[in-house]
Amino acid sequence: MARRTSLSRAAPATLIAWLAALLVAFPLLWALVTSFKPELDAIQLPPRLRGVDWTLDNYREVLADGAYYRCALNSVLIAGGATLAALMLALPAAWAMAFAPTRRTRGLLLWMLSTKMLPPVGLLVPVYLICRDLNLLDTRAAVIAMLCVGNLPIAIWMLYAHLREVPAAIVEAARMDGARLLDEIVQVLLPLILPGIASTFLLNFTLAWNESFWSLNLTSTQAAPLTAFIAGFSAPQGLFWAKLSAASMLSIAPVLVIGWFCQRQLVQGLTFGAVK
Amino acid sequence: MKRIATILLAAALSSCSGGNRDVTTLTVATVNNSDMVRLKGLSSAFTKAHPNIRLNWVTLEENVLRQRVTTDVATRGGQFDVITIGSYEVPIWAQRRWLLGMDDLGPSYRADDLLPAIRDALSAKGVLYAAPINGEGSFTMYRTDLFAKAKLVMPQHPSWDFIATAAKKLNDPAHGVYGICLRGKAGWGENMATIVAMSNSFGARLFDEHWRPQFDTPEWKRTLSVYVDLARNAGPPGMIANGFNESLALYAAGKCAIWFDSTVAAPFVTDPKTSVVADKTGFAAAPDAGLGRTANWLWTWALAIPASTTKAKAAKSFVAWATGPDYAKLVAGRFGWAAAPPGTRTSLYANPAYRKAAPFAEATLEAIGAADTHHPTVKPVPYVGVQYAAIPEFQGLGTEVGQQFSGAVAGTMTVDQALDAAQTSSKRQMAAASRQ
Amino acid sequence: MSPTIGKTGAARLNSVGRLMLVPSVGALLTWMVIPLAITIWLSFQDYRLLDADQRHFAGLANYRGLFADPAFAGAILNTLLLILFVLAATIFGGILIALLVEAARIGRSLLRVLIISPFFVMPGVSALLWKNLLMQPISGLLGWLGGLIGLAPFDWFARQPLLSVSIIVAWEWLPFAALVFLTALQSFDAEQKEAAQLDGASGLSMFRYLTLPHLARSITIVIMMETIFLLSIFAEIFVTTGGGPGTATTNVAYLIYTRALLQYDVGAASAAGVVAVVIANVIAFLFARAVGRSLDS
Repeated sequence: MARRTSLSRAAPATLIAWLAALLVAFPLLWALVTSFKPELDAIQLPPRLRGVDWTLDNYREVLADGAYYRCALNSVLIAGGATLAALMLALPAAWAMAFAPTRRTRGLLLWMLSTKMLPPVGLLVPVYLICRDLNLLDTRAAVIAMLCVGNLPIAIWMLYAHLREVPAAIVEAARMDGARLLDEIVQVLLPLILPGIASTFLLNFTLAWNESFWSLNLTSTQAAPLTAFIAGFSAPQGLFWAKLSAASMLSIAPVLVIGWFCQRQLVQGLTFGAVK
Repeated sequence: MKRIATILLAAALSSCSGGNRDVTTLTVATVNNSDMVRLKGLSSAFTKAHPNIRLNWVTLEENVLRQRVTTDVATRGGQFDVITIGSYEVPIWAQRRWLLGMDDLGPSYRADDLLPAIRDALSAKGVLYAAPINGEGSFTMYRTDLFAKAKLVMPQHPSWDFIATAAKKLNDPAHGVYGICLRGKAGWGENMATIVAMSNSFGARLFDEHWRPQFDTPEWKRTLSVYVDLARNAGPPGMIANGFNESLALYAAGKCAIWFDSTVAAPFVTDPKTSVVADKTGFAAAPDAGLGRTANWLWTWALAIPASTTKAKAAKSFVAWATGPDYAKLVAGRFGWAAAPPGTRTSLYANPAYRKAAPFAEATLEAIGAADTHHPTVKPVPYVGVQYAAIPEFQGLGTEVGQQFSGAVAGTMTVDQALDAAQTSSKRQMAAASRQ
Repeated sequence: MSPTIGKTGAARLNSVGRLMLVPSVGALLTWMVIPLAITIWLSFQDYRLLDADQRHFAGLANYRGLFADPAFAGAILNTLLLILFVLAATIFGGILIALLVEAARIGRSLLRVLIISPFFVMPGVSALLWKNLLMQPISGLLGWLGGLIGLAPFDWFARQPLLSVSIIVAWEWLPFAALVFLTALQSFDAEQKEAAQLDGASGLSMFRYLTLPHLARSITIVIMMETIFLLSIFAEIFVTTGGGPGTATTNVAYLIYTRALLQYDVGAASAAGVVAVVIANVIAFLFARAVGRSLDS
């Protein structure tokens, strides 16, 4: 970091950075403000900030039937479960690709990534039929399985990138000491790539949280997450700007808060092997 | 790790807890309109009276709900015990035996009290297959203050010529008022509802007796020309993104001088809590072109029971309660009479308390009565439905044509090009549908 | 770069490696390839969900219908245009923001919090917020802001539909790009930078000859990662334009949706899905040629 950059040079940059950041976050901040307005005020232009009857009614109405809490819990369980499962599957694969590479490794990785490029709607009917026959409709297990496999390629890629950054000398030193493979992995490698695991988890958790196709189409009530919750507010009758804002705020709040607290870990790990 | 596993296990077990034998849990899929949201809120009255029935609600936006329910019913997934569908689906699904008949809802249901047009729209071969939650026709809402100021008088039965003249005269973008709001968002239930209803009044039809699409006829050219002219010269900017709800928001915020749309809008635009023009709104019939048909339409949201359910008895008792004659009283007691679900029962319109609270009652009843799902057009047609054709191909076809018409409004195509494209794609889809 | 080990060790390692790959590859095969095989099979059927009893073998009819559909070529073009715009916007904007945050002196972690936020918003929600609160020409904030400087309300989704959708998507992915670049910048050798400064290198030439090459691989990563997701952009289109006006915003994913869930034509949707898989693999192959090297080195 350029500590010695003079303050006079840094000041304008700081100011512009803040302006840019506020601009990026503005749509959310605006929705936050709108969510506390009565509906008739919410669509008034020019927008008013003074003389508004600030209210919590929108939140009260959105929370009224208790569906929110169940959906939020489902979102946490589904996104968390899918991400954990993906990590468990991804770690050994990433290890194999990084430390026992073959000629096919790159092709394999690209094939895995290409499975993600396929629009899920093309698979809906087969998957729906399979889930019906296995009695998995409206279960968290079905959504977890779909999202786990959906994010698996990304998880493998990120972990692979982190494992490749581990200096060879450290691994060799461990081998010289006669460490067994398992010890090598658990005691030497895991601690080294912990930041990478953390950021892989966070990124995939976010992606799973925001996934709205499988989570909407394979669930009805028991397993419905927040993406299904918000679909009930997207275009209701009557004025809906403020209620929509409140529902939106509620549906992103949990992951937003998690993201804020973990942003340092997330940023540190987003190297994808691009940093030496 | 262990704790997470415990939590996951507990969650998995709790999702199987429907094992209590005495309790029947019904999964009810509904659209997120206000009548259904109210029903959901009031349903504790039902579960209190039936302690052995529990209700699980799935509330979704209309398009998402439709795809979700159709996928499930068509694949016999068995996810839902009670579903909300429209008058479009009922004849098609009934024919495929996907729905249970509703003729045995009990004497207290009083099926003969249902409005004839609505009951007819939800029946197939004389059997009722869905119980209506609400019903709607189309009519013209207008701003009495703006009309008075411009010295215009809205006739009880306006013509499209008058509407066009008035809309252009009242169009005042500089002051944030637009001449006319119409649905513009592409979709068979959005802009196509408006445009097909309009086309009926201009003597057009969707198909002739041999199922040949009719978008290449002069009647359709006139329909789309009038629609595009109104949209471009007297409509609000952003119209191609406006469906019913967006238009409602505009009108309620005082941005439209005239609004031609569904009668279900009336309770919102006359309620001072949700509308700034509550005391400045008048109602007139759907416009016509002097050919004996107005641009009326007919739609109803109704509760139906998929044939795949194993809980038919409980489901029927819920449907009978939710759409029965006493339900309106329950709503009135909590939210006032104006909020009673409109357009389903004759008794509601005979109720003086309702007529007093709902200034729009007469206009709504007339609009619904004016529609005939079996004879919607000037010339004969092979299909059932006023602003749609109740055939499986229509939702795909209607939405694709709706996109092309929104292109004409946006100016990416001319009226002729849009009609050409509509004719070509409908012919292609109809040919593909019958290729077996 | 691999640790040097003996020959027998290598063989053992390789067999262990293969074993370690089994769970992931197995999972991907079960959950992707089995449905995919069913999809391929269905693509040769005349299978309409609403007339499931009439289901029968249809040969190549679904594929012929797809390629005869005038919307199909447009959908491929729209898919590519959307990706290109979003990539350009997020890479340019992401680098800019990363440089600004790196240069900022006050409240850097709060800055990151602000910038990161859009990434946590569900696609459907962000499309709803943009459509209703911002881009709506009458009650949206952008129209009002434009009015302050004398601009007529701009009808975003009618006049520039694809651009409007792209803006929303770019907003969602800007944080990701910015964070990846920020991570890369933080590893930038400070001494190298200071030395260049002492040598009197201007800010611009420093960016051109030092920073940009340093970011090259991050840019590759962002391109790959975003392309994977941008290929199947759907919710933003569904919520805002519904693929229109005309077919101006219909991409391949949306086209498949209209076939699968508006027309309930499972056969046609499956055929389009199979074509989408082929396109995805072509793109993966191009990646392998063009940027795949950065996965190895």
